[in-house]
Amino acid sequence: MKADRPTALGRFAHDLRESPRRIRETALRTGAPTTDRTRSTFVFNNVFLHLHAVRTHRWSLRWATTAGLGIAAVAAFLITLVTGILLMFYYKPYPDVAYESMKDIHFVVPTGRFMRNVHRWAANLMVVVVILHMARAFYTAAYRAPREFNWLIGIALLVTTLGLSFTGYLLPWDQLAYWAITIGANIAQSPREITDALGVTEVFDPGGLQRLLLLGSDTVGEEALIRFYLLHVMVLPLIAAMLMSVHFWRVRKDGGLTKPADVDARLGAAEGTYPVFTEAPAKTYHLAAIVRGRTSAVGRGPENTIPSMPHLFYAELAVLMLTLFICLALALVSDAPLKELANPMVPENPAKAPWYFLGLQELVAFSAFMGGIGIPMIVLIGLGLIPYLDREQMGTGEWFGGPGGWPLVRNSMAFGFASAIVIESFAIRYGWLREWFPAIPQLVITAINPGTVLTAVYAAYSLWLVRRYNSSRAGALALFTCFLCGFVVLTIIGTYFRGPNWHFYWSPADWPAH
Amino acid sequence: MTVKPGRPGSRLEPEPVPRRDVLGLLSLWTMATTLLFATVGIMRMPKAAVLPSPSKKFRVTLPETLAPGEAFVPPGRATALFRDTEGVYAISIICTHLGCIVHATADGFECPCHGSVFARDGAVVRGPAPTALSWVKVSSNGGTVVVDEGATVSPGTKVNA
Repeated sequence: MKADRPTALGRFAHDLRESPRRIRETALRTGAPTTDRTRSTFVFNNVFLHLHAVRTHRWSLRWATTAGLGIAAVAAFLITLVTGILLMFYYKPYPDVAYESMKDIHFVVPTGRFMRNVHRWAANLMVVVVILHMARAFYTAAYRAPREFNWLIGIALLVTTLGLSFTGYLLPWDQLAYWAITIGANIAQSPREITDALGVTEVFDPGGLQRLLLLGSDTVGEEALIRFYLLHVMVLPLIAAMLMSVHFWRVRKDGGLTKPADVDARLGAAEGTYPVFTEAPAKTYHLAAIVRGRTSAVGRGPENTIPSMPHLFYAELAVLMLTLFICLALALVSDAPLKELANPMVPENPAKAPWYFLGLQELVAFSAFMGGIGIPMIVLIGLGLIPYLDREQMGTGEWFGGPGGWPLVRNSMAFGFASAIVIESFAIRYGWLREWFPAIPQLVITAINPGTVLTAVYAAYSLWLVRRYNSSRAGALALFTCFLCGFVVLTIIGTYFRGPNWHFYWSPADWPAH
Repeated sequence: MTVKPGRPGSRLEPEPVPRRDVLGLLSLWTMATTLLFATVGIMRMPKAAVLPSPSKKFRVTLPETLAPGEAFVPPGRATALFRDTEGVYAISIICTHLGCIVHATADGFECPCHGSVFARDGAVVRGPAPTALSWVKVSSNGGTVVVDEGATVSPGTKVNA
């Protein structure tokens, strides 16, 4: 109560005039972030920002440390979330009706076509960025202790991202959607390739059970569509959001981004940084007894760090805006595809999945089980084991760090590309076991096909490098590089060089007319 | 957990499990087992018991002009019907690889999705298909043929019609 406004009405008028300022103050709680102290409280008093540390190491803010890929993935996820909710206003998950609602969204709904394009491009971008983010984490050895488990969470997020993409392109109920569900559900059923060959399908049929759970029926129809819709708009986004929370939380708890051991020497002195504590911080020792393990700074102040507000947040916003810009630009120049209404009697010829699954499609064209389940599982298990097999220290936080370094990665790239191309060319030119020995048992083809041979060649190559460099990091570098190159080669062959009946053609111009 | 008095030790070392804590562990394991079985029970619901698929039995009249060895695919059905001197037979045209619909050619069948090729009796000639196309049960009923897509028969089974 102010002395110069004695009347209640006067105070009322004064408080009313002051209320906008007070709303602003109370929202920020501790005032504008203008000093080091208020910049810190700005972060840890805010539910959305407090996953960040209040101060960020200068190394983490270098463009070359992360290229902003993790934030770009989050940005793409947020864009798909917003545009996806908008699409749900009009989409109806029922066969044929779904297709008509897609037509409506494309041709009638205001900005519908644009929103669908943005949704599709953001989803594509998310797949690309998640793969690149994984490559970044791998090549800077960011998976090493204490971040091993976060690498596993990251792999789960990769799988969830691919699952979101897969369930997403089924929803339009066009030809692509229908035959993608059919092929996907049969890949889920492909363990029968083994159980049939062993003659135990009658009593033990995991493949059939998986297919039944996915489709809710023995044919692809309304039950399947509603299940994929549920997965796409509810189950998988929830899983993704949960995994992302854990992922970010652990980045923070494991001491921020990976830094080389000699990071301070590398960065040198910079203007604007100064010791935060002017005397030894005694309290941290007491904390260290309770919070076991590595905290970001024990026994010394957070040297070489700058306030997250504004430095980190502005950088994150810049990445968000760049991602948004790329999605909008692509959505303006390129429409999301919509093929003819699903026709259960006539598969497309060639029936091609979106680009990120064409490498897998190339593999299932040799063996459904190995290409669709076996090799992906081997790759995922291999990726997951990397942090537990590479327990070395050398090169942490450096690009291509570790024994061998960039020359090893370069040689592995050459080897990875060459062996994939050689094995594929051989299979395309000369065929495979079935063509030479028509009576060969299926189990032999399941075990020995171009996909498994390529996997074995890569594994042998990296084991040889483990021995040569006496380092499991060298083997990991080689194996990861080889698999990336193999993925690229298979994807390019599947995308550009496969035509009707999955035959090899140099160009679509050579496809037979039909 | 309780700590026995007088026992030296560091805070960082794990504490021993006193006997009565076994009961606590037992109840935790019971809870975990219960939840596991509950999850299995929950999964019963998404596993459909009644499959809402259309009837797999249908009746069809073969065209008079159907030449021996020529395939006749009734509209909307994934079965190719043939007639030769030995009788009528039917072969499923769902690829055994990943479920695409194969099309009949002069020498047999070809799959558009991943390039599997089958002989005229459905045997795999090349490509990734793990097993031969299945032969489907047909029975003659007066002038028409009844096909049961749900029932397979051994290859070579032909019915006089």
